[in-house]
Amino acid sequence: MIEFSGVSKTYRVAKRQAGMGNALKSFFSREYNLVHALRDVSFTIGDGEMVGYIGPNGAGKSTTIKIMCGVLTPDDGACTVNGRIPYRERVAHVRDIGVVFGQRSQLWWDVPVADSFELIRDIYKVKEDRYRKNLSDLSELLNLGDILQTPVRNLSLGQRMRCEIAASLLHDPGVLFLDEPTIGLDAVSKIAVRRFLRRLNEEKGTTILLTTHDMQDIEALTRRVLLIGKGRVLMDGNLAELKKHISSRKTMTAEYRGPAPALREGMELVQSGEGRIVIRFDPSEIPVSEAVTYFAQLTELTDVSVSDITAEEMAAGLYKEYDL
Amino acid sequence: MRANIKIYFSLFRIRFNQNLQYRAVVLGAVVKGFFWALLEVLGYLALYRRAGAFPMELSQTITYVWAFQAFIVLFTVVFGDGEIYSAIRSGAVAYDLVRPVDLYGRWFCQSASNRLSFALVNCFPVLLMGALLPKPYGLTLPGSLRQLILFAVSALLAFGVTVALSMLMYISLFYLISQRGIQMMVRLTTIFLSGGIVPLPFFPEPVLRIVRWLPFAAMQNMPLQIFCGYLSGTDALRGIVFQVIWLSALVLAGRAAMGQAERKVIVNGG
Repeated sequence: MIEFSGVSKTYRVAKRQAGMGNALKSFFSREYNLVHALRDVSFTIGDGEMVGYIGPNGAGKSTTIKIMCGVLTPDDGACTVNGRIPYRERVAHVRDIGVVFGQRSQLWWDVPVADSFELIRDIYKVKEDRYRKNLSDLSELLNLGDILQTPVRNLSLGQRMRCEIAASLLHDPGVLFLDEPTIGLDAVSKIAVRRFLRRLNEEKGTTILLTTHDMQDIEALTRRVLLIGKGRVLMDGNLAELKKHISSRKTMTAEYRGPAPALREGMELVQSGEGRIVIRFDPSEIPVSEAVTYFAQLTELTDVSVSDITAEEMAAGLYKEYDL
Repeated sequence: MRANIKIYFSLFRIRFNQNLQYRAVVLGAVVKGFFWALLEVLGYLALYRRAGAFPMELSQTITYVWAFQAFIVLFTVVFGDGEIYSAIRSGAVAYDLVRPVDLYGRWFCQSASNRLSFALVNCFPVLLMGALLPKPYGLTLPGSLRQLILFAVSALLAFGVTVALSMLMYISLFYLISQRGIQMMVRLTTIFLSGGIVPLPFFPEPVLRIVRWLPFAAMQNMPLQIFCGYLSGTDALRGIVFQVIWLSALVLAGRAAMGQAERKVIVNGG
């Protein structure tokens, strides 16, 4: 269980205008800006939950993760993870958590991945049979195979990220924090990572908290979403509710043969092209079944799909609503 | 404690494996060590040819120079601990902080392993070449087992003092943006005051009276003076006690400073 109550964190950042004169001036006297990364943030995450943490750049997502990992100390408020205060009992606390910082690496650059894994095994004092088992499970699920013998410098980003994730799970942590785990990955790697995280959460019951800018991650992985902006938690709820909050409108994509059908009142054209039309409508005005029937009568439908707004649209809507 | 030793050994192993990847670096260091030592030897030979009172015998000075080049990696405070510098600068230190190990111990060991793994491959070729050269150019190896043991103990302590000093430098980086300024200052001070440019006995008496009590005198100065035979018996033992005191003081100071820094740390870069 992760509890955040009234956590605040402020950074002091040196400010300076561009240019040589100002650079010289700041050499002798510096002015600082206070940046409020978190203000009075509270939430609770239960065991076995998988929570997505979204918000624009600079919203305070990474700061939150770093406080939970015990790397940063909040200025105010309290944070407990499984009953421990991370920044007070750092060494005991980090034994039970796994962390992936998507933008950094925990692997040694010039030696094979397996060497880094063995170091991590020794650091966490993982028993040999446990380690063997975890390693073989992880290599199978994340498809590591040969790349364990490859020096990290020769890995692609996708391969490296899969190794990073494996590295943070060798000691069976009960809680996994991921800070932008899919950043820069191609579609195949993203899907592999998502599938793996879902299984981990379902089969082992690992509590997972991830930050991301990729709304497909959120869509694929999490039911609960925390929206943070300007240092505050703005929304906390399940994905479907948040989508409804922004818009309950449905999007319908239809493929058809024949002439383009005319739209009915209440239908909004999003896109239309050769034999394909995308429209949006409010299901309280036009029930979904009616909308489909309407098209089916006018044209020969070959394919039709109806969906809520995408998570992408939802995030854009939320950011706009809160002026982030 | 036992389990921690396993972690430290593991760190040494990965560091050693990684450093063995850099064959060109090793070759370069050996060649540089040999020629640099030869150059200094020729310089001292020219100096000693003129009459005058020298604090050390010629063969002692020559041996000091060779040993200095052979073990230089062990006793250099500003050394390529790339991971530590970049960990602090780029914020990758976040990963070091999510490990269940105390950061001081881990970095101390990492830094020591880094030096030791280079030194293990560097020192023997240089020592061997120095030993093969004829008198007066070559080095004289310690004559007794006793001297060799005293040297080994003193070298270990000097090595510890060196790493403990560099730890203080790394900790200071938590408060600074770039390492270059402090590296420059530390490099100059430590090399000069530890007898890296001229052996400490060559310093003028009034200067030496202060310098001999500084922590830098507990570095290479001590083992090299034992190695070349300038210090022996109770003098050597007294030197070793002096080293133990400085090592403990520096480690205690470093641990305290690290505790402070960990609490105030701000991780760079998002």
